[in-house]
Amino acid sequence: MMAKKSTKDTALVSKKEWMIILGLVVLPFVFNFSTYVQGLLVIMMIWVMLGTSWNLLAGYTGLVSFGHAAYFGIGAYTGGLLFFHFHISPWWGLLLGGPAAVILGYLLGIMVFRLRGPYFALGTLASAEILRIVFGEEEWLTNGHNGILYITTWTTKYPYYFIGLVLALGSIFTVKAVMRAKAGYYFLSIREDEDAAQALGIDTMKYKNISTVLSTFWAGTAGAFYMIYMGFIDPEVVFALHNISIITILVGIIGGVGTIWGPALGAAVMVFVQEFFRSAFFGLAPSWVSRLHALAFGLLVIFVILYLAGGIVGDWDIIRKALRFKRKTEIAE
Amino acid sequence: MSILKVENLVKNFGGLMAVDHISFDINEGEIFGLIGPNGSGKTTTFNLINHYYPVSGGKIYFKGQDITDKKTFEIARLGIGRTFQVVKPLRRLTVEDNVMAAAFAREQSFAGARAVAKEMISFCRLDKWSEAIAGGLPIAGRKRLEIARALATRPSLLLLDETAAGLNPSELDEAIEIIINIRGKLGITIIIVEHIMKVIMSISDRIHAIAHGATIAEGKPEEVAKNPTVIEAYLGSDYNVENYLNA
Repeated sequence: MMAKKSTKDTALVSKKEWMIILGLVVLPFVFNFSTYVQGLLVIMMIWVMLGTSWNLLAGYTGLVSFGHAAYFGIGAYTGGLLFFHFHISPWWGLLLGGPAAVILGYLLGIMVFRLRGPYFALGTLASAEILRIVFGEEEWLTNGHNGILYITTWTTKYPYYFIGLVLALGSIFTVKAVMRAKAGYYFLSIREDEDAAQALGIDTMKYKNISTVLSTFWAGTAGAFYMIYMGFIDPEVVFALHNISIITILVGIIGGVGTIWGPALGAAVMVFVQEFFRSAFFGLAPSWVSRLHALAFGLLVIFVILYLAGGIVGDWDIIRKALRFKRKTEIAE
Repeated sequence: MSILKVENLVKNFGGLMAVDHISFDINEGEIFGLIGPNGSGKTTTFNLINHYYPVSGGKIYFKGQDITDKKTFEIARLGIGRTFQVVKPLRRLTVEDNVMAAAFAREQSFAGARAVAKEMISFCRLDKWSEAIAGGLPIAGRKRLEIARALATRPSLLLLDETAAGLNPSELDEAIEIIINIRGKLGITIIIVEHIMKVIMSISDRIHAIAHGATIAEGKPEEVAKNPTVIEAYLGSDYNVENYLNA
């Protein structure tokens, strides 16, 4: 659950991590992916950002947000509204979506930071729902449920893949760098015991805000990138309670709450499992199987919560032992 | 020279007068004992000094500065460290990470914080548990972790709240030695709340006794222990104090 000795003393980007980065960079050159698979990889990068962003706030600082769609949606609408009203390229959203989400996060923080535990979770959930409804109703500002449409810059998906990869790695290593510094120790202290943290001289309000700034920045950037990539947003999609806020939490839980790479792995698993079912096992199974994708993902989450409470990365030792045990019995047979 | 001065401190929770016009003045370098029966307001007094609760009345001065309305974290940064009677370890972190989190109060760099943490861990003889998860420590370890963490914030005044409770005799001796060293080697002034008479009588320079939130006596340990009001309120009217003083 915490930074281990080895990660503190070594370089920010370890050898293993360089290998992963290199692998992700050459991946599209090695395999001749179909446009469909390329698209999944881009979506995966968005989920990596969202999961990593949520994990900093919830996993490391103990502020379990149920409303990350609020920041994602604001990030998406920043570029979207600039385009809709002023015909400015939504690419500006990539620069401005993060800061817009930070401002929103700060304003919502004034309200929700007064709440602790489940009440904080409900406060964040309500915030995102309010935005979803407001953005749906205020047509003069947002074009309401008609959404905002923009003809994407490229038809090929590889440029998006590489931009998404840079952004996703940016979010991961922001978190990693912060967690090795003073702020990281303060986040963990707040998560473990807020009263003890204050007695140690920690300005808990200030550090909750710092955690929120970093988290909302990456959630907003993820939203802005989604807008540029998809070319279409509407309030029901980008402010969605289930499809954004809840899935973000599940991505964190599956991969490992309070681990650096957990949310990234969780994002990969989530995208794969959902697509595997949604495409009816890539067309191999009868089409009704595709209706099971939410169920399948739900079962996976239940399994992880019951048997791997630390997530795939957090409980990697348990998984490795289980696999080893299996291999030995195979040899014995 | 006065390091902490408390004037007519009052705290009421609804109709209950938890602290009733308590005043004391602590000199730099002193070990100041605060005693009283259960529920007499000792921990509440600590909670008022570090602003865990706001006061209902009275003033608190630290090194001449009025700190009555300062926030808990500001008071810690000014140099008042405290331990909690009900220990509050950062459960899922190692002992070293616990103490490092505290050390960042004065240190900005990772290496600096770790150096301070290591120093305080060995000062409190926690070395063998340094890599252990704090939530899994036995009670003696947790009590000492509280002290190590408070020390890592580099206080000039330390409030110790029942750090000896629940320890066995040999752990108790070790705890007394550590507390004496805190003043002797680190030069930190101490206010100590303790139920175990052996501890409080042997190490305090002065003792302040309270009952039902109000002061009943103040003075040297032997004076306070012989005070009839203290004996009646705290130890029971038929108690033989001499046995404890000689223990």
